[in-house]
Amino acid sequence: MATTAQAAVASDLGKTLQRDMLAKYYGALETANEDGVPVAYLFIPGNISELTQVFGFLPVYPEINALQCGIKKVAGENIVRAEDLGYSSDVCGYVKNDIGLMLKDRRSPFGRLPKPDLLACNYSGCNTFIKWFEALAHFYGSEFFLLDIPYIRESGISPGDVQYVVAQLKELIARCEARTGVTYSEARLREILEYSRQAEDLWVQILHLARERPSPFDSYFEAVFYMAPVNMLRGTPESVEYYRQVLREMKARTEEKRGPVPEEKFRVVIEGPPAWPHFRSFWELFKRWGAVAVASTYSKVGGLYDQGVRHDPSRPLESIAEYAMNSYTNWNLAKRADLILRYVKEYEADALVIHSVKSCRSFSVGQADFREAFVNELGIPTLMIESDLADPRYFQEAQLRNRIDAFFESLTQRRLTGVTA
Amino acid sequence: MIVSGVDVGSTTSKAVVLDDRRQIVGTSLLPTGANVVRAAERAFREALTAAKCDESEAAYVIGTGYGRYKVSFGDDQVTEIGCHARGAHFLFPDTRTIVDIGGQDTKAIRINDRGEVLDFCMNDKCAAGTGRFLDACANVLGMSLEDIGPASLRSEKALRITNVCTVFVESEIISQLARGEKVEDILRGVHQAIASRTAGLVRRVGTNPAVTFTGGVSRNQGMVKSLEEKLGVPVHVSPLSQWMGALGAALIALERVEGGAVRRVAIGGAA
Repeated sequence: MATTAQAAVASDLGKTLQRDMLAKYYGALETANEDGVPVAYLFIPGNISELTQVFGFLPVYPEINALQCGIKKVAGENIVRAEDLGYSSDVCGYVKNDIGLMLKDRRSPFGRLPKPDLLACNYSGCNTFIKWFEALAHFYGSEFFLLDIPYIRESGISPGDVQYVVAQLKELIARCEARTGVTYSEARLREILEYSRQAEDLWVQILHLARERPSPFDSYFEAVFYMAPVNMLRGTPESVEYYRQVLREMKARTEEKRGPVPEEKFRVVIEGPPAWPHFRSFWELFKRWGAVAVASTYSKVGGLYDQGVRHDPSRPLESIAEYAMNSYTNWNLAKRADLILRYVKEYEADALVIHSVKSCRSFSVGQADFREAFVNELGIPTLMIESDLADPRYFQEAQLRNRIDAFFESLTQRRLTGVTA
Repeated sequence: MIVSGVDVGSTTSKAVVLDDRRQIVGTSLLPTGANVVRAAERAFREALTAAKCDESEAAYVIGTGYGRYKVSFGDDQVTEIGCHARGAHFLFPDTRTIVDIGGQDTKAIRINDRGEVLDFCMNDKCAAGTGRFLDACANVLGMSLEDIGPASLRSEKALRITNVCTVFVESEIISQLARGEKVEDILRGVHQAIASRTAGLVRRVGTNPAVTFTGGVSRNQGMVKSLEEKLGVPVHVSPLSQWMGALGAALIALERVEGGAVRRVAIGGAA
């Protein structure tokens, strides 16, 4: 590294740190079954990892494994293996990747994954999740616990909703005690929640930096990477330290006016999950137009922290319950549309891009209505494209490029002539 | 001075040569085939020959269509969405909505009074409702693509074709034939099925008159009639509709030259 950069914050520090954290995590998973460490399979949206941590469970997130397999280009073969077993082409790509992994003795490019001792379905807004863990419970003969999470409509969360979820968490506590022999400690839970809260505070500060011009990072293509610890490894001092370092790095980028593209020409909000199996090519289609995501909804599937949601040591179970209900896909369409509109305004975006996912109905339902409402009622240029989050067969680069090029061509033209709809 | 637009589509490649008074002086049309680069070059050369011009007279060339990045001698690339918009607006200045049905996709484009794209929608990754759908139907009936449109107009009772899948529609047609239904009634149903699917796409961008119908399928009179019925408005169709993308590309090329742009590349190397 050049001497002039010594005083500056090392670039890509966050990426290096995260690589080390994940290597440690996957290393621990590899020997968990043999070491007798209990393993809980969880879903990312509204996960209850703080609570399972109290009992010493190591969390496994099949969705994360699926997206990692997508990036490492093995999701396609896992999916085909599941289809050979009888899973239909319309079933969620994440589910089929997970089934395919199981059929390959859980050997992934990032190590061997452990079998579950507990399958805690912590999110029920996507009914595929329920069927997914039911299938795993059948295949592994593991204990299955379903949390019924109320869906959030315009009226928001009622005290009754919180009580309803807390009562279920108490049932789960009893099951965890019986399975692990560890007695529930609220003091330990508060300690874990305090680390979560600190990491969440820092993550929100990072997300807000995308309001700057240029945005120091891409709030979709990079945020989906930086969000990993706050989604998976909350409740640890390492995750707090990680976000402290990433915040420093992003502040340094902001001061240097350095962003993810040489020149920020378009600021967009992106809705929907990324095309993991073609992540780089997908990003490249936007980068070549100087388009930067300044906000995204997918980076909020693990929790709407920027909307004030926090784990709170003073209200341990209640705040876990509130967090579980406040994942992006657990909000109804009206609340989601309102959030997207606020992002467009707050982050001064030029346009909205919707990436619809073929095999994920819980995310994609309503997106055509979003498009119509944003274009016709709000006059916000909106592009809708489609591929998949895990299945590489649905990524048609020529067609995606055509739509993306035409969209930015028209934005360029309209900017030149100052014409609006 | 001349300019050119070269539209390399999934099925055919087209080129238009314009002079500096915006007069079309040469066109070409040929199947794209497997060698996309060669198809682009041939389309350009044939249009130059038709215009009685030499490549050295070309001041700017724009590539468009799916193969636009294979137009190796193009100075720039513009999507066919932007090009169809420009071409349709040039021929019919009152156009506010464009319906383009090509070999593998269908597009609905909303434009403003300057021919600039405001919104567009395309069919998904499926050939239902495109030229290929008509191709499949013509094949199974043993007819040519040119004949199915006029034949559909002779129908007195349109049959309902429920399938939207280009592959499965073949078996549906075969079963209709087996039931003794008339070919023209089946064809009318086929045209109505495509028109109804297209109208759904158009409604997503808004059916703002005037509507201009472009792309290879617009040559089919049966499709024009079905589309007018489904949209409830008359549509403009130009004899040049297949060249609309190439024409738009050439018009954009001319604007670039008027703005001071110069040609940088030529077939086989630098200009």
